[in-house]
Amino acid sequence: MIEVRGLTKHYGDRVAVDDLSFTVRPGMVTGFLGPNGAGKSTTMRLILGLDAPTRGSVTVNGKPYREHSAPLHEVGAMLEARSVHTGRSAYHHLLALAQTSGIRRSRVDEVIDAVGLRAVARRRAGGFSLGMGQRLGIAAALLGDPRTVILDEPVNGLDPEGIRWIRTLLQSLAAEGRTVFVSSHLMSEMALTAQHLVVIGRGRLIADTGMQEFLARDARPVVRVRSTGPDALAALLRSPGVAVERAEGGALQVSGLTTDQIGRVAGEAGLVLLELTAQQASLEEVFMELTQDAVEYRASATTGAAR
Amino acid sequence: MTTDTGTAAAAPVPALPRYLVRQRVTLAGVLRSEWTKLRSLRSTVWSLSAAVVLIVGVGALVASVRRGPARPTGFDPTAISLTGVYLAQLAVGVLGVLLVTGEYATGMIRTSLAAVPRRLPVLWAKAAVFALTTTALCLPATVAAFLLGQSVLSAQHLGTTLGHPGAARAVLGGALFLTAVGLLGLGLGALLRNTAGAVSALFGLLFVLPITVGFLPGDWSEQLNKYLPMAAGTAITDVLPDPTALGPWSGLGLCFLYPAAALGLAARQLRRRDA
Repeated sequence: MIEVRGLTKHYGDRVAVDDLSFTVRPGMVTGFLGPNGAGKSTTMRLILGLDAPTRGSVTVNGKPYREHSAPLHEVGAMLEARSVHTGRSAYHHLLALAQTSGIRRSRVDEVIDAVGLRAVARRRAGGFSLGMGQRLGIAAALLGDPRTVILDEPVNGLDPEGIRWIRTLLQSLAAEGRTVFVSSHLMSEMALTAQHLVVIGRGRLIADTGMQEFLARDARPVVRVRSTGPDALAALLRSPGVAVERAEGGALQVSGLTTDQIGRVAGEAGLVLLELTAQQASLEEVFMELTQDAVEYRASATTGAAR
Repeated sequence: MTTDTGTAAAAPVPALPRYLVRQRVTLAGVLRSEWTKLRSLRSTVWSLSAAVVLIVGVGALVASVRRGPARPTGFDPTAISLTGVYLAQLAVGVLGVLLVTGEYATGMIRTSLAAVPRRLPVLWAKAAVFALTTTALCLPATVAAFLLGQSVLSAQHLGTTLGHPGAARAVLGGALFLTAVGLLGLGLGALLRNTAGAVSALFGLLFVLPITVGFLPGDWSEQLNKYLPMAAGTAITDVLPDPTALGPWSGLGLCFLYPAAALGLAARQLRRRDA
Protein backbone atom coordinates (compact mmCIF):
# COMPACT_ATOMS: atom_id res chain seq x y z
CA MET A 1 0.00 0.00 0.00
CA ILE A 2 1.35 3.38 -1.00
CA GLU A 3 -0.45 6.49 0.25
CA VAL A 4 0.43 9.81 -1.32
CA ARG A 5 -1.11 12.87 0.36
CA GLY A 6 -0.77 16.40 -0.96
CA LEU A 7 2.69 15.59 -2.26
CA THR A 8 4.50 18.61 -3.68
CA LYS A 9 8.08 18.94 -4.84
CA HIS A 10 9.82 22.07 -6.08
CA TYR A 11 13.28 22.06 -7.62
CA GLY A 12 14.17 25.71 -7.42
CA ASP A 13 11.43 27.50 -9.37
CA ARG A 14 10.28 24.39 -11.16
CA VAL A 15 7.28 22.54 -9.74
CA ALA A 16 7.89 18.86 -10.48
CA VAL A 17 5.02 17.43 -8.43
CA ASP A 18 2.04 19.57 -7.49
CA ASP A 19 -0.32 18.58 -4.67
CA LEU A 20 -0.56 14.95 -5.69
CA SER A 21 -2.80 12.56 -3.76
CA PHE A 22 -3.55 8.94 -4.58
CA THR A 23 -3.45 5.47 -3.07
CA VAL A 24 -1.87 2.39 -4.58
CA ARG A 25 -3.61 -0.71 -3.23
CA PRO A 26 -2.32 -4.25 -2.80
CA GLY A 27 -3.47 -7.19 -4.87
CA MET A 28 -3.44 -5.52 -8.25
CA VAL A 29 -1.14 -3.89 -10.75
CA THR A 30 -1.42 -0.12 -10.72
CA GLY A 31 -0.11 1.64 -13.80
CA PHE A 32 1.47 5.07 -13.46
CA LEU A 33 1.05 7.04 -16.66
CA GLY A 34 2.05 10.49 -17.79
CA PRO A 35 3.94 12.20 -20.58
CA ASN A 36 7.68 12.69 -20.28
CA GLY A 37 8.45 15.26 -17.60
CA ALA A 38 5.08 14.73 -15.91
CA GLY A 39 6.79 13.94 -12.60
CA LYS A 40 6.59 10.13 -12.55
CA SER A 41 10.24 9.53 -11.65
CA THR A 42 10.19 12.37 -9.12
CA THR A 43 7.14 10.83 -7.44
CA MET A 44 8.93 7.48 -7.24
CA ARG A 45 12.03 9.10 -5.71
CA LEU A 46 9.78 10.82 -3.14
CA ILE A 47 8.13 7.51 -2.29
CA LEU A 48 11.56 6.01 -1.58
CA GLY A 49 12.70 8.95 0.52
CA LEU A 50 15.52 9.73 -1.89
CA ASP A 51 14.20 13.26 -2.30
CA ALA A 52 12.38 15.12 0.47
CA PRO A 53 8.96 16.58 -0.38
CA THR A 54 8.50 20.36 -0.27
CA ARG A 55 5.02 19.72 1.18
CA GLY A 56 2.81 16.75 1.80
CA SER A 57 3.67 13.20 2.75
CA VAL A 58 3.95 9.71 1.40
CA THR A 59 3.88 6.43 3.28
CA VAL A 60 4.63 2.89 2.17
CA ASN A 61 3.00 0.03 4.06
CA GLY A 62 1.91 2.52 6.71
CA LYS A 63 5.18 4.37 7.38
CA PRO A 64 7.42 6.87 5.65
CA TYR A 65 9.99 4.80 3.76
CA ARG A 66 12.91 6.16 5.78
CA GLU A 67 11.39 4.79 8.99
CA HIS A 68 11.36 1.16 7.86
CA SER A 69 14.02 -0.87 9.62
CA ALA A 70 14.06 -3.56 6.93
CA PRO A 71 13.38 -1.52 3.77
CA LEU A 72 14.32 -4.16 1.19
CA HIS A 73 11.60 -6.43 2.56
CA GLU A 74 9.01 -3.66 2.47
CA VAL A 75 9.71 -2.14 -0.92
CA GLY A 76 11.57 -3.51 -3.91
CA ALA A 77 12.29 -0.72 -6.32
CA MET A 78 13.73 -0.38 -9.76
CA LEU A 79 14.32 3.29 -10.39
CA GLU A 80 15.85 4.49 -13.63
CA ALA A 81 17.90 1.61 -15.02
CA ARG A 82 21.08 3.56 -14.39
CA SER A 83 21.12 3.02 -10.66
CA VAL A 84 23.96 0.52 -10.89
CA HIS A 85 27.72 1.10 -10.79
CA THR A 86 28.89 0.33 -14.32
CA GLY A 87 32.19 -1.12 -13.12
CA ARG A 88 30.68 -3.80 -10.92
CA SER A 89 29.37 -7.22 -11.92
CA ALA A 90 25.66 -7.99 -11.62
CA TYR A 91 26.47 -10.58 -8.96
CA HIS A 92 28.46 -8.20 -6.77
CA HIS A 93 25.89 -5.44 -7.22
CA LEU A 94 23.16 -7.74 -5.90
CA LEU A 95 25.40 -9.20 -3.20
CA ALA A 96 26.30 -5.75 -1.84
CA LEU A 97 22.64 -4.82 -1.81
CA ALA A 98 21.67 -8.09 -0.08
CA GLN A 99 24.33 -7.76 2.61
CA THR A 100 22.90 -4.48 3.95
CA SER A 101 19.85 -6.42 5.13
CA GLY A 102 21.55 -9.69 5.97
CA ILE A 103 20.01 -11.46 2.97
CA ARG A 104 21.71 -14.79 2.21
CA ARG A 105 23.97 -15.34 -0.81
CA SER A 106 21.75 -18.17 -1.98
CA ARG A 107 18.95 -15.62 -2.45
CA VAL A 108 21.21 -13.61 -4.75
CA ASP A 109 21.63 -16.71 -6.91
CA GLU A 110 17.88 -17.31 -6.86
CA VAL A 111 17.01 -13.85 -8.19
CA ILE A 112 19.77 -14.04 -10.81
CA ASP A 113 18.25 -17.30 -12.09
CA ALA A 114 14.71 -15.95 -11.94
CA VAL A 115 15.51 -13.00 -14.21
CA GLY A 116 17.66 -15.07 -16.55
CA LEU A 117 21.02 -13.35 -15.96
CA ARG A 118 22.96 -16.44 -14.88
CA ALA A 119 25.23 -16.45 -17.95
CA VAL A 120 26.32 -12.82 -17.55
CA ALA A 121 26.18 -12.44 -13.75
CA ARG A 122 29.95 -12.09 -13.45
CA ARG A 123 30.27 -9.52 -16.23
CA ARG A 124 30.49 -5.78 -15.62
CA ALA A 125 27.04 -4.18 -15.61
CA GLY A 126 28.39 -1.32 -17.75
CA GLY A 127 28.52 -3.70 -20.73
CA PHE A 128 24.91 -4.80 -20.37
CA SER A 129 22.29 -4.13 -23.02
CA LEU A 130 19.28 -2.07 -22.03
CA GLY A 131 17.22 -5.23 -21.60
CA MET A 132 19.85 -6.93 -19.42
CA GLY A 133 20.05 -3.78 -17.30
CA GLN A 134 16.27 -3.91 -16.82
CA ARG A 135 16.49 -7.53 -15.72
CA LEU A 136 19.21 -6.62 -13.24
CA GLY A 137 17.02 -3.82 -11.85
CA ILE A 138 14.12 -6.24 -11.46
CA ALA A 139 16.39 -8.77 -9.75
CA ALA A 140 17.38 -6.07 -7.25
CA ALA A 141 13.73 -5.18 -6.67
CA LEU A 142 12.80 -8.81 -5.92
CA LEU A 143 15.79 -9.55 -3.68
CA GLY A 144 14.01 -8.97 -0.36
CA ASP A 145 10.70 -10.61 -1.39
CA PRO A 146 9.04 -7.23 -0.75
CA ARG A 147 5.40 -6.47 0.04
CA THR A 148 5.45 -3.55 -2.36
CA VAL A 149 7.13 -3.47 -5.77
CA ILE A 150 7.85 -0.19 -7.56
CA LEU A 151 9.20 -0.31 -11.11
CA ASP A 152 10.03 2.69 -13.29
CA GLU A 153 9.57 1.87 -16.99
CA PRO A 154 10.36 -1.84 -16.64
CA VAL A 155 9.61 -2.84 -20.23
CA ASN A 156 11.93 -0.24 -21.73
CA GLY A 157 14.39 -1.99 -24.02
CA LEU A 158 12.94 -5.47 -23.59
CA ASP A 159 12.23 -7.72 -26.54
CA PRO A 160 8.69 -9.10 -27.03
CA GLU A 161 9.52 -12.18 -25.01
CA GLY A 162 10.86 -10.02 -22.21
CA ILE A 163 7.77 -7.84 -22.28
CA ARG A 164 5.55 -10.90 -21.96
CA TRP A 165 7.73 -12.11 -19.10
CA ILE A 166 7.33 -8.78 -17.24
CA ARG A 167 3.57 -8.84 -17.76
CA THR A 168 3.25 -12.32 -16.27
CA LEU A 169 5.64 -11.44 -13.48
CA LEU A 170 3.75 -8.30 -12.47
CA GLN A 171 0.42 -10.09 -12.51
CA SER A 172 1.70 -12.98 -10.43
CA LEU A 173 3.26 -10.55 -7.92
CA ALA A 174 -0.11 -8.82 -7.61
CA ALA A 175 -1.90 -12.17 -7.34
CA GLU A 176 0.31 -12.95 -4.33
CA GLY A 177 -1.26 -9.93 -2.66
CA ARG A 178 1.56 -7.47 -3.18
CA THR A 179 1.23 -3.83 -4.07
CA VAL A 180 2.60 -3.37 -7.61
CA PHE A 181 3.19 0.16 -8.92
CA VAL A 182 4.58 0.41 -12.44
CA SER A 183 5.25 3.44 -14.58
CA SER A 184 5.29 3.22 -18.33
CA HIS A 185 4.88 5.38 -21.38
CA LEU A 186 3.73 2.33 -23.36
CA MET A 187 -0.02 2.73 -23.02
CA SER A 188 -0.82 -0.44 -24.93
CA GLU A 189 1.32 -2.43 -22.51
CA MET A 190 -0.48 -0.90 -19.53
CA ALA A 191 -3.84 -1.81 -21.03
CA LEU A 192 -2.78 -5.46 -20.92
CA THR A 193 -1.11 -5.40 -17.52
CA ALA A 194 -2.72 -2.93 -15.14
CA GLN A 195 -6.08 -3.10 -13.38
CA HIS A 196 -5.84 0.40 -11.96
CA LEU A 197 -4.38 3.62 -13.33
CA VAL A 198 -2.89 6.75 -11.85
CA VAL A 199 -2.40 9.36 -14.55
CA ILE A 200 -0.47 12.57 -14.01
CA GLY A 201 0.41 15.51 -16.23
CA ARG A 202 2.69 18.39 -15.31
CA GLY A 203 2.95 17.07 -11.79
CA ARG A 204 -0.81 17.10 -11.18
CA LEU A 205 -3.22 14.22 -10.83
CA ILE A 206 -5.37 13.72 -13.92
CA ALA A 207 -7.00 10.41 -13.10
CA ASP A 208 -6.96 7.78 -10.36
CA THR A 209 -9.34 5.12 -11.59
CA GLY A 210 -9.91 1.55 -12.66
CA MET A 211 -8.78 0.64 -16.16
CA GLN A 212 -12.35 -0.01 -17.41
CA GLU A 213 -13.69 3.28 -16.03
CA PHE A 214 -10.76 5.08 -17.58
CA LEU A 215 -11.47 3.68 -21.02
CA ALA A 216 -15.18 4.44 -20.67
CA ARG A 217 -14.37 8.11 -20.19
CA ASP A 218 -14.16 8.56 -23.92
CA ALA A 219 -16.83 11.19 -24.48
CA ARG A 220 -17.52 10.43 -28.13
CA PRO A 221 -17.69 6.71 -28.81
CA VAL A 222 -17.06 5.87 -32.43
CA VAL A 223 -19.02 3.31 -34.43
CA ARG A 224 -17.46 1.70 -37.46
CA VAL A 225 -19.97 0.78 -40.14
CA ARG A 226 -19.66 -0.82 -43.57
CA SER A 227 -22.63 -1.15 -45.85
CA THR A 228 -23.53 -1.76 -49.48
CA GLY A 229 -24.21 1.99 -49.95
CA PRO A 230 -21.74 4.00 -47.92
CA ASP A 231 -22.45 7.32 -49.64
CA ALA A 232 -26.21 6.99 -49.16
CA LEU A 233 -25.77 5.94 -45.54
CA ALA A 234 -23.40 8.84 -44.84
CA ALA A 235 -25.96 11.27 -46.23
CA LEU A 236 -28.72 9.78 -44.09
CA LEU A 237 -26.66 9.82 -40.90
CA ARG A 238 -25.30 13.36 -41.11
CA SER A 239 -27.10 15.70 -38.75
CA PRO A 240 -26.17 18.24 -36.07
CA GLY A 241 -24.09 16.56 -33.39
CA VAL A 242 -23.15 13.64 -35.60
CA ALA A 243 -19.81 13.36 -37.38
CA VAL A 244 -19.27 10.93 -40.23
CA GLU A 245 -15.82 10.25 -41.59
CA ARG A 246 -14.63 8.08 -44.42
CA ALA A 247 -12.31 5.23 -43.47
CA GLU A 248 -10.43 2.77 -45.65
CA GLY A 249 -12.33 -0.05 -47.40
CA GLY A 250 -15.50 1.96 -47.79
CA ALA A 251 -16.13 2.02 -44.05
CA LEU A 252 -17.56 4.99 -42.14
CA GLN A 253 -16.51 6.20 -38.71
CA VAL A 254 -19.57 7.63 -37.06
CA SER A 255 -19.59 9.49 -33.79
CA GLY A 256 -22.66 10.86 -32.00
CA LEU A 257 -24.91 7.84 -32.70
CA THR A 258 -25.23 4.40 -31.11
CA THR A 259 -25.10 1.14 -33.04
CA ASP A 260 -28.86 0.75 -32.48
CA GLN A 261 -29.63 4.11 -34.06
CA ILE A 262 -27.40 3.48 -37.06
CA GLY A 263 -28.84 0.01 -37.57
CA ARG A 264 -32.42 1.37 -37.68
CA VAL A 265 -31.53 4.15 -40.12
CA ALA A 266 -29.90 1.63 -42.46
CA GLY A 267 -32.82 -0.79 -42.16
CA GLU A 268 -35.40 1.86 -42.97
CA ALA A 269 -33.40 2.85 -46.08
CA GLY A 270 -33.04 -0.78 -47.13
CA LEU A 271 -29.24 -0.73 -46.96
CA VAL A 272 -27.44 -3.96 -46.14
CA LEU A 273 -25.02 -3.67 -43.24
CA LEU A 274 -21.77 -5.62 -43.60
CA GLU A 275 -20.25 -4.46 -40.34
CA LEU A 276 -21.47 -2.48 -37.33
CA THR A 277 -18.95 -2.16 -34.49
CA ALA A 278 -18.83 0.10 -31.46
CA GLN A 279 -15.19 0.99 -31.09
CA GLN A 280 -13.78 1.53 -27.66
CA ALA A 281 -11.16 4.22 -27.54
CA SER A 282 -7.70 2.88 -26.94
CA LEU A 283 -5.96 3.73 -23.72
CA GLU A 284 -3.58 5.77 -25.81
CA GLU A 285 -6.36 7.95 -27.20
CA VAL A 286 -7.95 8.64 -23.83
CA PHE A 287 -4.56 9.34 -22.39
CA MET A 288 -3.61 11.78 -25.14
CA GLU A 289 -6.90 13.58 -24.79
CA LEU A 290 -6.56 13.95 -21.03
CA THR A 291 -2.93 14.95 -20.92
CA GLN A 292 -3.39 17.34 -23.82
CA ASP A 293 -5.79 19.30 -21.63
CA ALA A 294 -3.30 19.32 -18.79
CA VAL A 295 -0.58 20.68 -21.04
CA GLU A 296 -2.84 23.37 -22.51
CA TYR A 297 -4.17 24.43 -19.15
CA ARG A 298 -0.66 24.73 -17.90
CA ALA A 299 0.56 26.68 -20.92
CA SER A 300 -2.21 29.27 -20.66
CA ALA A 301 -1.74 29.53 -16.90
CA THR A 302 1.95 30.32 -17.38
CA THR A 303 1.19 32.96 -20.01
CA GLY A 304 -1.30 34.54 -17.64
CA ALA A 305 1.24 34.64 -14.86
CA ALA A 306 3.85 36.17 -17.13
CA ARG A 307 1.71 39.17 -17.92
CA MET B 1 1.15 -10.48 1.12
CA THR B 2 1.22 -14.00 2.49
CA THR B 3 -1.79 -15.14 0.54
CA ASP B 4 -2.22 -18.83 -0.13
CA THR B 5 0.28 -20.33 -2.51
CA GLY B 6 -2.37 -21.71 -4.83
CA THR B 7 -2.46 -18.68 -7.11
CA ALA B 8 1.29 -18.15 -6.94
CA ALA B 9 2.01 -21.77 -7.82
CA ALA B 10 -0.30 -21.53 -10.82
CA ALA B 11 1.83 -18.80 -12.38
CA PRO B 12 4.60 -20.26 -14.54
CA VAL B 13 6.86 -17.21 -14.06
CA PRO B 14 8.70 -16.29 -11.87
CA ALA B 15 10.38 -19.41 -10.69
CA LEU B 16 11.43 -17.36 -7.72
CA PRO B 17 10.96 -18.95 -4.29
CA ARG B 18 9.63 -16.89 -1.40
CA TYR B 19 12.16 -15.43 1.05
CA LEU B 20 10.52 -14.91 4.36
CA VAL B 21 13.50 -14.17 6.61
CA ARG B 22 13.26 -10.57 7.78
CA GLN B 23 16.34 -8.86 9.15
CA ARG B 24 16.92 -5.24 9.98
CA VAL B 25 19.58 -3.16 8.33
CA THR B 26 22.57 -3.28 10.68
CA LEU B 27 25.90 -1.46 10.66
CA ALA B 28 27.61 -4.86 10.39
CA GLY B 29 25.58 -5.57 7.27
CA VAL B 30 26.39 -2.20 5.76
CA LEU B 31 30.11 -2.78 6.51
CA ARG B 32 29.97 -6.13 4.70
CA SER B 33 28.17 -4.46 1.81
CA GLU B 34 30.76 -1.71 1.52
CA TRP B 35 33.57 -4.27 1.63
CA THR B 36 31.91 -6.13 -1.26
CA LYS B 37 31.57 -2.85 -3.16
CA LEU B 38 35.19 -1.90 -2.53
CA ARG B 39 36.73 -5.18 -3.62
CA SER B 40 34.52 -5.67 -6.66
CA LEU B 41 35.73 -2.60 -8.57
CA ARG B 42 38.77 -2.68 -10.80
CA SER B 43 39.64 0.92 -9.93
CA THR B 44 40.18 -0.18 -6.30
CA VAL B 45 42.49 -2.99 -7.27
CA TRP B 46 44.47 -0.81 -9.66
CA SER B 47 44.75 2.23 -7.39
CA LEU B 48 45.82 0.29 -4.33
CA SER B 49 48.28 -1.82 -6.35
CA ALA B 50 49.71 1.40 -7.77
CA ALA B 51 50.06 2.83 -4.27
CA VAL B 52 51.95 -0.23 -3.04
CA VAL B 53 54.23 -0.29 -6.09
CA LEU B 54 54.96 3.43 -5.72
CA ILE B 55 55.73 3.18 -2.01
CA VAL B 56 58.17 0.32 -2.44
CA GLY B 57 59.56 1.16 -5.89
CA VAL B 58 60.17 4.88 -5.44
CA GLY B 59 61.72 4.33 -2.01
CA ALA B 60 64.18 1.81 -3.42
CA LEU B 61 64.90 4.01 -6.44
CA VAL B 62 65.65 7.13 -4.39
CA ALA B 63 67.78 5.11 -1.98
CA SER B 64 69.80 3.63 -4.82
CA VAL B 65 70.60 6.96 -6.51
CA ARG B 66 71.78 8.40 -3.20
CA ARG B 67 75.55 8.72 -3.46
CA GLY B 68 77.97 10.05 -0.90
CA PRO B 69 81.13 9.00 0.77
CA ALA B 70 80.09 9.93 4.28
CA ARG B 71 76.92 10.51 6.19
CA PRO B 72 76.16 14.22 5.86
CA THR B 73 74.47 16.04 8.70
CA GLY B 74 70.72 16.08 8.35
CA PHE B 75 70.80 12.83 6.36
CA ASP B 76 67.69 10.80 7.22
CA PRO B 77 67.84 7.28 5.73
CA THR B 78 64.33 6.43 7.01
CA ALA B 79 62.75 9.43 5.29
CA ILE B 80 64.58 8.58 2.06
CA SER B 81 63.22 5.05 1.98
CA LEU B 82 59.70 6.41 2.52
CA THR B 83 59.82 8.95 -0.36
CA GLY B 84 57.28 6.85 -2.28
CA VAL B 85 54.59 7.83 0.21
CA TYR B 86 54.47 11.28 -1.39
CA LEU B 87 53.56 9.80 -4.78
CA ALA B 88 51.30 7.09 -3.40
CA GLN B 89 49.06 9.73 -1.85
CA LEU B 90 47.87 10.62 -5.36
CA ALA B 91 46.60 7.09 -5.99
CA VAL B 92 45.05 6.67 -2.55
CA GLY B 93 43.47 10.14 -2.47
CA VAL B 94 41.92 9.84 -5.93
CA LEU B 95 40.58 6.39 -5.08
CA GLY B 96 38.94 7.85 -1.98
CA VAL B 97 37.23 10.45 -4.16
CA LEU B 98 36.10 7.88 -6.75
CA LEU B 99 34.58 5.54 -4.17
CA VAL B 100 31.89 8.13 -3.53
CA THR B 101 31.68 10.17 -6.73
CA GLY B 102 31.56 6.96 -8.76
CA GLU B 103 28.27 6.18 -7.03
CA TYR B 104 26.86 9.61 -7.82
CA ALA B 105 28.04 9.50 -11.45
CA THR B 106 26.49 6.10 -12.14
CA GLY B 107 23.32 6.54 -10.09
CA MET B 108 24.39 3.70 -7.77
CA ILE B 109 23.94 6.11 -4.85
CA ARG B 110 20.14 5.86 -5.24
CA THR B 111 20.35 2.08 -4.83
CA SER B 112 22.68 2.46 -1.84
CA LEU B 113 20.51 5.01 -0.05
CA ALA B 114 17.25 3.21 -0.80
CA ALA B 115 18.74 0.11 0.83
CA VAL B 116 19.91 2.09 3.87
CA PRO B 117 17.38 4.91 4.18
CA ARG B 118 19.00 6.30 7.33
CA ARG B 119 21.89 7.09 5.00
CA LEU B 120 24.69 7.90 7.46
CA PRO B 121 25.71 4.25 8.00
CA VAL B 122 26.62 4.16 4.29
CA LEU B 123 29.10 7.01 4.72
CA TRP B 124 30.60 5.71 7.97
CA ALA B 125 30.91 2.16 6.66
CA LYS B 126 32.49 3.33 3.43
CA ALA B 127 35.05 5.39 5.37
CA ALA B 128 35.80 2.61 7.86
CA VAL B 129 36.23 -0.11 5.22
CA PHE B 130 38.42 2.09 3.05
CA ALA B 131 40.57 3.25 5.99
CA LEU B 132 41.17 -0.31 7.21
CA THR B 133 41.93 -1.60 3.72
CA THR B 134 44.35 1.25 3.00
CA THR B 135 46.19 0.81 6.27
CA ALA B 136 46.32 -2.96 5.85
CA LEU B 137 47.94 -2.64 2.42
CA CYS B 138 50.12 0.43 2.95
CA LEU B 139 51.69 -0.65 6.23
CA PRO B 140 53.34 -3.77 4.77
CA ALA B 141 54.35 -1.58 1.83
CA THR B 142 56.08 1.04 3.99
CA VAL B 143 57.79 -1.73 5.98
CA ALA B 144 58.98 -3.30 2.71
CA ALA B 145 60.09 0.09 1.40
CA PHE B 146 62.04 0.73 4.59
CA LEU B 147 63.77 -2.66 4.57
CA LEU B 148 64.54 -2.52 0.86
CA GLY B 149 65.75 1.08 1.08
CA GLN B 150 67.98 0.35 4.05
CA SER B 151 69.49 -2.69 2.38
CA VAL B 152 70.40 -0.48 -0.59
CA LEU B 153 71.73 2.32 1.62
CA SER B 154 73.67 -0.03 3.89
CA ALA B 155 75.85 -0.95 0.92
CA GLN B 156 77.21 2.56 1.39
CA HIS B 157 77.01 2.26 5.17
CA LEU B 158 74.24 4.85 5.23
CA GLY B 159 71.42 2.56 6.36
CA THR B 160 69.56 2.32 9.61
CA THR B 161 67.31 -0.27 11.29
CA LEU B 162 63.72 -0.47 12.51
CA GLY B 163 65.10 -0.59 16.02
CA HIS B 164 66.56 2.89 15.61
CA PRO B 165 64.59 5.44 17.65
CA GLY B 166 61.79 6.93 15.56
CA ALA B 167 62.23 4.57 12.60
CA ALA B 168 59.33 2.24 13.39
CA ARG B 169 57.15 5.24 14.18
CA ALA B 170 57.98 6.77 10.81
CA VAL B 171 57.17 3.54 8.95
CA LEU B 172 53.83 3.19 10.71
CA GLY B 173 53.15 6.90 10.35
CA GLY B 174 53.74 6.84 6.59
CA ALA B 175 50.97 4.26 6.20
CA LEU B 176 48.64 6.20 8.50
CA PHE B 177 49.30 9.43 6.60
CA LEU B 178 48.15 7.67 3.42
CA THR B 179 45.01 6.54 5.21
CA ALA B 180 44.32 10.16 6.20
CA VAL B 181 44.75 11.30 2.58
CA GLY B 182 42.43 8.53 1.39
CA LEU B 183 39.79 9.60 3.90
CA LEU B 184 40.24 13.24 2.90
CA GLY B 185 39.53 12.24 -0.72
CA LEU B 186 36.49 10.23 0.37
CA GLY B 187 35.18 13.10 2.50
CA LEU B 188 35.65 15.64 -0.28
CA GLY B 189 33.98 13.28 -2.74
CA ALA B 190 30.98 12.91 -0.43
CA LEU B 191 30.83 16.66 0.11
CA LEU B 192 31.16 17.73 -3.54
CA ARG B 193 29.57 14.65 -5.22
CA ASN B 194 31.58 15.29 -8.34
CA THR B 195 34.86 13.67 -9.39
CA ALA B 196 36.52 16.66 -11.03
CA GLY B 197 35.59 19.04 -8.25
CA ALA B 198 36.65 16.71 -5.45
CA VAL B 199 39.97 15.77 -7.08
CA SER B 200 40.71 19.47 -7.63
CA ALA B 201 39.88 20.27 -4.02
CA LEU B 202 42.05 17.39 -2.82
CA PHE B 203 45.06 18.44 -4.90
CA GLY B 204 44.45 22.05 -3.92
CA LEU B 205 44.64 21.20 -0.23
CA LEU B 206 47.62 18.88 -0.57
CA PHE B 207 49.78 20.60 -3.17
CA VAL B 208 48.56 24.04 -4.21
CA LEU B 209 47.91 25.46 -0.75
CA PRO B 210 51.52 24.85 0.44
CA ILE B 211 52.83 26.63 -2.69
CA THR B 212 50.49 29.56 -2.10
CA VAL B 213 51.50 29.75 1.55
CA GLY B 214 55.13 29.67 0.38
CA PHE B 215 54.66 33.08 -1.24
CA LEU B 216 53.89 34.67 2.11
CA PRO B 217 56.67 36.40 4.04
CA GLY B 218 59.10 33.80 5.42
CA ASP B 219 57.97 33.77 8.99
CA TRP B 220 54.26 33.51 8.17
CA SER B 221 54.90 30.90 5.57
CA GLU B 222 56.80 28.73 8.03
CA GLN B 223 54.18 29.19 10.74
CA LEU B 224 51.24 28.35 8.49
CA ASN B 225 52.72 25.58 6.40
CA LYS B 226 53.21 23.16 9.26
CA TYR B 227 49.47 23.12 9.88
CA LEU B 228 48.60 22.17 6.30
CA PRO B 229 47.61 18.53 5.80
CA MET B 230 50.69 17.31 3.96
CA ALA B 231 53.30 19.00 6.16
CA ALA B 232 51.43 18.03 9.32
CA GLY B 233 50.92 14.43 8.22
CA THR B 234 54.42 13.77 6.92
CA ALA B 235 56.18 15.17 9.99
CA ILE B 236 55.92 11.67 11.39
CA THR B 237 58.05 10.21 8.60
CA ASP B 238 61.04 12.34 9.65
CA VAL B 239 63.25 10.66 12.19
CA LEU B 240 65.49 13.69 12.62
CA PRO B 241 63.65 16.40 14.51
CA ASP B 242 62.61 19.29 12.29
CA PRO B 243 62.23 22.53 14.23
CA THR B 244 59.80 23.99 11.65
CA ALA B 245 57.41 20.99 11.83
CA LEU B 246 54.85 19.88 14.35
CA GLY B 247 55.59 16.91 16.57
CA PRO B 248 55.12 13.53 14.85
CA TRP B 249 51.91 12.42 16.54
CA SER B 250 50.32 15.84 16.97
CA GLY B 251 51.04 16.51 13.29
CA LEU B 252 49.42 13.24 12.23
CA GLY B 253 46.49 13.92 14.55
CA LEU B 254 45.99 17.33 12.94
CA CYS B 255 46.24 15.71 9.51
CA PHE B 256 43.30 13.44 10.44
CA LEU B 257 41.23 16.46 11.45
CA TYR B 258 40.99 17.54 7.80
CA PRO B 259 39.18 14.37 6.65
CA ALA B 260 37.15 14.42 9.87
CA ALA B 261 35.90 17.90 9.03
CA ALA B 262 35.15 16.97 5.41
CA LEU B 263 33.29 13.81 6.50
CA GLY B 264 31.37 15.73 9.16
CA LEU B 265 30.17 18.32 6.66
CA ALA B 266 29.39 15.58 4.13
CA ALA B 267 27.32 13.71 6.73
CA ARG B 268 25.33 16.83 7.56
CA GLN B 269 24.64 17.35 3.89
CA LEU B 270 23.85 13.69 3.20
CA ARG B 271 21.05 13.77 5.75
CA ARG B 272 19.46 16.87 4.28
CA ARG B 273 20.02 16.93 0.57
CA ASP B 274 18.13 15.04 -2.12
CA ALA B 275 20.02 12.04 -3.43
